[in-house]
Amino acid sequence: MEMVRNIPFFSIMLAMFSGPVCSVLPGKVARKVNAAVITVVMIMSAVLLRYLVINGESFVYMMGHFPAPWGNEIRAGVLEAGMAMFFCIIMLLSVSGGIKKLYDEVVESKHNLYYVLVGLMLSSLLALVYTNDLFTAYVFVEINTISACGLIMIRENGRTIEAAVRYMIMSLIGSAMILLGICVLYDITGHLLMSNIKESVEVLVSGGRYPEPLLCVVALMSVGLAIKCALFPFHAWLPDAYGYSTVSSAAILSSLVSKGYIFLLIKIIYRVIGFDIYRNSGVIDVLFIFGLAGMIFGSVSAIRENDIRRMIAYSSVAQIGYIFMGIGMGTQFGMVAAIFHMLSHASTKSLLFISAIGLTDVSDGSRKFGPLTGSGYRNRIAGIAFAVGALSMVGVPLFSGFISKLLFAEAAVNLTGRMLPVLIVLGISTILNAIYFMKTVIRIYTPVDDSPYPHVHMRQVPLYAAVLVVFVILNVTLGVMSDFITGLISTGLEMFS
Amino acid sequence: MGPYLTANYAEATAMIMFTIGFANLLLQKNLIKKIIGLNIMDSSVYLFLALKGYITGRTVPIVVDGVTSTEAYINPIPAGLVLTGIVVSVSVSALMLSLTIRLYRRYQTLNLDEISMRLKKEGL
Repeated sequence: MEMVRNIPFFSIMLAMFSGPVCSVLPGKVARKVNAAVITVVMIMSAVLLRYLVINGESFVYMMGHFPAPWGNEIRAGVLEAGMAMFFCIIMLLSVSGGIKKLYDEVVESKHNLYYVLVGLMLSSLLALVYTNDLFTAYVFVEINTISACGLIMIRENGRTIEAAVRYMIMSLIGSAMILLGICVLYDITGHLLMSNIKESVEVLVSGGRYPEPLLCVVALMSVGLAIKCALFPFHAWLPDAYGYSTVSSAAILSSLVSKGYIFLLIKIIYRVIGFDIYRNSGVIDVLFIFGLAGMIFGSVSAIRENDIRRMIAYSSVAQIGYIFMGIGMGTQFGMVAAIFHMLSHASTKSLLFISAIGLTDVSDGSRKFGPLTGSGYRNRIAGIAFAVGALSMVGVPLFSGFISKLLFAEAAVNLTGRMLPVLIVLGISTILNAIYFMKTVIRIYTPVDDSPYPHVHMRQVPLYAAVLVVFVILNVTLGVMSDFITGLISTGLEMFS
Repeated sequence: MGPYLTANYAEATAMIMFTIGFANLLLQKNLIKKIIGLNIMDSSVYLFLALKGYITGRTVPIVVDGVTSTEAYINPIPAGLVLTGIVVSVSVSALMLSLTIRLYRRYQTLNLDEISMRLKKEGL
């Protein structure tokens, strides 16, 4: 067996063991260890991605000594390797961009604990991406929830603890539903490995056996995962959790945690239930409608918000709605658009959170729009980065958000019956996005005479500025090289089945 | 519907327990009651799983007297899954309890709605 095939297993293990190691190191060393581990995993995933693209087919890695129906497995294809690499990039940038703020907000004795959580989070995300076993996926969903809760409450005040409790309540309901779904699915198929379940499900459907339990399974898993990634009616926990936690955590939660769950849902659709069976169940229509509703209501809530962090958080609800709309279209094109929007939203939302913190820092720490007036002049790099993120979210050409909107529209045109709702809601949502993001950009670029707040120059915050520049480059790269990336996504989706 | 329910009364019980736990976790205001609801909900899933692994008239999957036929034993995997699940639910319960202690120390109450109201008043 070639060495490169060990990469998925080693990346999960490396990330997981970096956690306990960081817990006994002093803060500064832990930070270096953590950054090194994320970088190594990123490079390894890039190597794996190259190998898979050249080789043209996915592979299965046996965990332990027992073959397929009994043992545990890891599976890697183009989409998995690409996602792992992308998650590592965003994770590294989010942690580095918010590091200064983290050190201000958290007592020094707890600095190293943050890297424990980041390591656990990364390993659970990688495991969700790579695993081929449903019960392993459930266990890592729980690990993900626990580390996300820690990330929210590491900045300890009343707000974050309350947000963490609300997050935990919704998440635990979601994971219990997923677990029940997995149990019922195990009972009717007798398997836990995704590929074996899929074969059994096909036999069950063609024989017309157990239609109701199967529908329950599909509904339980979809709704459970939708609750965990804050699809519209289940988003009540989101604004507090994203709005008050430390900025790195907000960036990681909004751009990675929800994406890990959506990726698991896409894997379940393709590799467990089967795309056609999933499409013929009514659940996909529910996801579609919730997605459309989320696009509107998330944006409306964002417009009404007078707090920049909470506004960006509500914008996440709308963007998750976009992704579920893409999944709900029930076509390959819709799915490609949804996955591209996952990448686009991940890179843009973390950019917005990280740049917003630079703006609030030069406005006396206030997150209200009044004091933020003119902050784009006081911290130029953060202002430019925020403007880029806002333009990308609205869907201006050259940036990634434009491509995802274009892909959604293209996917909708081929669709009978759903074309009109998609195009109308896409239009309305774009206008609403433009209202609140442009309002903010105009606000931060409104000049004020003799402002009492200090100016921050790029040279004073070199790491922060570098992170923002890389984010902007990443965003433009996604926008410019979109053909290449959608090509990779389509290849990856074909490898799924 | 009726005969199925009585024949599978244990599974029906598990589902009723799941609903009770679910409603408690979602609707109770008191944090400790919420955690109790969470544990009822998780236990019901384990009950369901354990039931599905048991086959009447068969024995534990430990080979004695050289009987290796699979017909003689029950399926051991659900038991393993239940154990894993219990470990997970213990850890999330511990986490929830620690969060509850922190909130109680700050606000001297276990009522989540009251805590939210006080937070809004503080305007943090």
